[in-house]
Amino acid sequence: MPDFVELWTYLSTTPLFGLASTLALYIITSTIYKKLNQHPLANPVLWTVIVLACVLTWLDVPYQTYFSGAQFIHFLLGPAVVALAWPLWQKRVDLMRRLPRLFLAALVGGVVSALIAVGMAWLLDLPQYLAMSLAPKSVTAPVAMGLAEKMGGLPELAAIFAVLTGLIGALLGKYIFDLIRIARDTSGWAQRGFALGTISHGIGAARAIQVQPTAGAFAGLALGLQVILASLWMPVLLWVILWLNPTWG
Amino acid sequence: MQALTGFTLLLIFQALGEMLVRVFHLPLPGPVAGMVCLIPALYWPRLRQTVEAAANFLLNNLSLLFVPVGVGVMTHLDLLSEFGARIGLILVVSSVVGIAVTAWLLGHTKEDEHA
Repeated sequence: MPDFVELWTYLSTTPLFGLASTLALYIITSTIYKKLNQHPLANPVLWTVIVLACVLTWLDVPYQTYFSGAQFIHFLLGPAVVALAWPLWQKRVDLMRRLPRLFLAALVGGVVSALIAVGMAWLLDLPQYLAMSLAPKSVTAPVAMGLAEKMGGLPELAAIFAVLTGLIGALLGKYIFDLIRIARDTSGWAQRGFALGTISHGIGAARAIQVQPTAGAFAGLALGLQVILASLWMPVLLWVILWLNPTWG
Repeated sequence: MQALTGFTLLLIFQALGEMLVRVFHLPLPGPVAGMVCLIPALYWPRLRQTVEAAANFLLNNLSLLFVPVGVGVMTHLDLLSEFGARIGLILVVSSVVGIAVTAWLLGHTKEDEHA
């Protein structure tokens, strides 16, 4: 038996552990997700994160050790943001034709969501660094981290809030759209996908891609658009907040 | 080979974006600037084919890339036990309203379309 303990102690400290466990769990949870007809509650990111967090806590593996392996996956977020140029380019004709209203929907939706988050944080008496980490939650995680840092929030918290926001959209999107009676025809799928990509960025877009191709294309478009738009309007939001409430500590 | 070339191009454009942001003090994150530079470059068909292969692989598995950050929740359990309920409420309300507003707005501005 001591051999096993020694072997485990060795394995759990190599980057191999974080990398292999993340990939393996994600493949398993994705397979289950498909078997369950892609039910929102079976979301593979949600379950991979829950299982990994529990396993790491139970085995006493520190997050830093896990991340030494998982960082190779995390790093790909950068090139993935650059890769968004591809769906934007593919949909360029649609985009140019509908630019004013897509632009308006992405801008208003993104600003409203961020304003509600910051406003509620203010009313609920949260510290400013939490509000500033919440503000960019609808922008895809790597970009949200950069924006939060510039605004005085904590990048790693911003990333977690962005992931949670992504999951909320992927879980609840379907029910919200049915509630406000968005159709399941071509323009309805475009609306559904675009709204998911705007608010729930990559995780919402991943959900949309799996559910319906038109929804997926518009979600990719919205995700890319929100990244550009939010990077530009977020500094303005910060300026307004500090002007309204300069003593928020 | 195509996907590998495409992936290399994505990294090069990301590096280009990081450089532009630093040199010109742009308010954009580096990868976003890289993405904006890549869009016009895609008019070149040979470049497009390689980028397509790499981009499809990355974007089809996009949700996997959020797992390492998501697991980071475990390092902030103290913060979540203090503010968790309020943060949860804020995230749900702001996301639900944001999604509804975006979808509704897109559906109610159709009149200007000519197709």
